[in-house]
Amino acid sequence: MSESNVKIHINNLTKIFGASPSSMLPLVEQGIGKGKLLEEHDHVLALDRVNMQLNAHSIEVIMGLSGSGKSTLVRHINRLIAPTSGSVLVDGEDVCAMSDKTLRDFRQRKTAMVFQNFALLPHRTVIDNIAFGLEVRGVGRTQLNEKSYFWLDKVGLAGLDRHYPAQLSGGMQQRVGLARALACDADILMMDEAFSALDPLIRSDMQDILLELQKDLRKTIVFITHDLDEALKIGDRIAILNQGRLVQQGSTEDILLRPADGYVRRFVADVNRTGVLRARSIMALKWQQEKAQNNAVVVQEDDTLRKVLHMMLKADSFNAVVTDEAGKAVGHIDADMVAQAVNY
Amino acid sequence: MSWSEFPSMSKSELRGLRKSIDQGFREFAAEYGESLEKFFDPLLSFLIFSERLLLSTPWPLMIAICASIAFVGSRSWKIVIGVVVAFLVIGYLGMWADTMRTLSIITVCTAVAVAIGIPIGILMAKSDRTQTVVSPVLDVMQTMPSFVYLIPVVMLLGIGKVAGMLAVIVYALPPIVRLTNLGIREVDSDVIEAADAYGTNSWQKLTKVQLPLALPAIFAGVNQTIMLSLSMVVIASMIGVKGLGQPVLKAIQNQYFAIGLLNGFAIVALAIIFDRVSQRYGMRIQRHRQGKSDV
Repeated sequence: MSESNVKIHINNLTKIFGASPSSMLPLVEQGIGKGKLLEEHDHVLALDRVNMQLNAHSIEVIMGLSGSGKSTLVRHINRLIAPTSGSVLVDGEDVCAMSDKTLRDFRQRKTAMVFQNFALLPHRTVIDNIAFGLEVRGVGRTQLNEKSYFWLDKVGLAGLDRHYPAQLSGGMQQRVGLARALACDADILMMDEAFSALDPLIRSDMQDILLELQKDLRKTIVFITHDLDEALKIGDRIAILNQGRLVQQGSTEDILLRPADGYVRRFVADVNRTGVLRARSIMALKWQQEKAQNNAVVVQEDDTLRKVLHMMLKADSFNAVVTDEAGKAVGHIDADMVAQAVNY
Repeated sequence: MSWSEFPSMSKSELRGLRKSIDQGFREFAAEYGESLEKFFDPLLSFLIFSERLLLSTPWPLMIAICASIAFVGSRSWKIVIGVVVAFLVIGYLGMWADTMRTLSIITVCTAVAVAIGIPIGILMAKSDRTQTVVSPVLDVMQTMPSFVYLIPVVMLLGIGKVAGMLAVIVYALPPIVRLTNLGIREVDSDVIEAADAYGTNSWQKLTKVQLPLALPAIFAGVNQTIMLSLSMVVIASMIGVKGLGQPVLKAIQNQYFAIGLLNGFAIVALAIIFDRVSQRYGMRIQRHRQGKSDV
């Protein structure tokens, strides 16, 4: 990944909550850890020297259980929370060094945020909620209307413009939240557990909407979640936080096939891999003629294991030839390899 | 010396203390009384103007205006009919002029209390320090018996409308301040965070988010302010404020039971009208919270 593609640099970011955060810094530098700092010094170590790079135009998932510091981390990107030490650079600009005025400008133009509890303005209609970010920025009436109605349509709420948030279901409210964020036309979209409060079917719908929109938008999306399936479905890359520390950052395949430590391994143990892993990531590169002859099925590099398995079972075969887009054979998979990948 | 008797200052010392306080205040009143009166002159002429306006308006027009305000506020025919009947009965029983005078001073007092109270409430909500300073002042204003502060007010401004109005406002101001403060402080922190995340400055946050969401609480404050001003009309009448309070006062002094009862009921009628109309209005402006579809 080339350096110029990095949108957000997070450098050695530490956040301590408590009576005297800065006095705790030396202890944190020595690696005291979250549990001990709380027990012995009554301070909460929310983020422990986190280094992370988030790429432009991709969905970067930050995952962790509650208390792992993921929501605190995302709030540092637009400085809703200020760090105890360390820095956040967006497009090379230090967010923590900004004046109040510059920061407001930055929040109005560069970032937009979607919240777990929607955080819509209950006294405003759907369309006025969507227009909120533009209105704050001082966008003129006609352009404001045009953009708000455009995004109202895009998230599938056409005709509900004059309703109030309380009249909508949770899923619909979050569509309003998404439209409000997208209407700002900001490079960076921050989604803090945006779909976690929705029931599973609606959540899946919203994930599809986001993926569909992202094909055209190509924004930098920082997506916070505690749900591994969600992370695997929508993330280009996943970063896993535990106790305020970054444990691993990598592609979905890195996380599933090459977990950095026992924590990540336990984390990913129960996930259904067949829908996530692709033929490319488990195939043997060596092309073995004798196996191919043995009644092999032909699959694509990008096919999921689920599809590969399905084809093998249908053809009553134990072997598959993997081809690239041009149809050229690039590797093979046999039943043992599938079994190994699934029962990591 | 026995424990049943508290070791107090000697009588002469106490007398001296009281004398010097009284003396000091009398000198202050002599010095500044006139300029204070001048300061309140615009208010006095406004009070007189509003009273004359209400008294000179033909009564059918007045009833029509009150009825339409009631309708706009409450959208309820029941309340409108109640207003019309109440005013007709009040007029028929010979209390029209006094009712108009009371209506006038209540309206002005409420307007002044709202104009002062809401900004103070906003300042309190914005800073904890302001809150710690203002809160005890509000406590004093609400609990100090009004007769106590009537003395210096009368000494400074003399008997009349302005003194009466100040007494009413001192008593009626605290709820609007408190409820504005409370309303703003209780705005959902998620919504405030969202406003911050979208880059609002503090004025935008106040006008687009905090005040609209605090409006139901502020409205409850206005309602309370009106009720408290009404309950002060009898006391205000003791320092020369004309209106429904004066006949009541006369009734107390001379044991005229019927006069007291009738004027008392007129005050109650006004209170109920104000209360129902403003409550209905308050409910209507927060309709959006209940998710009803007929907007």
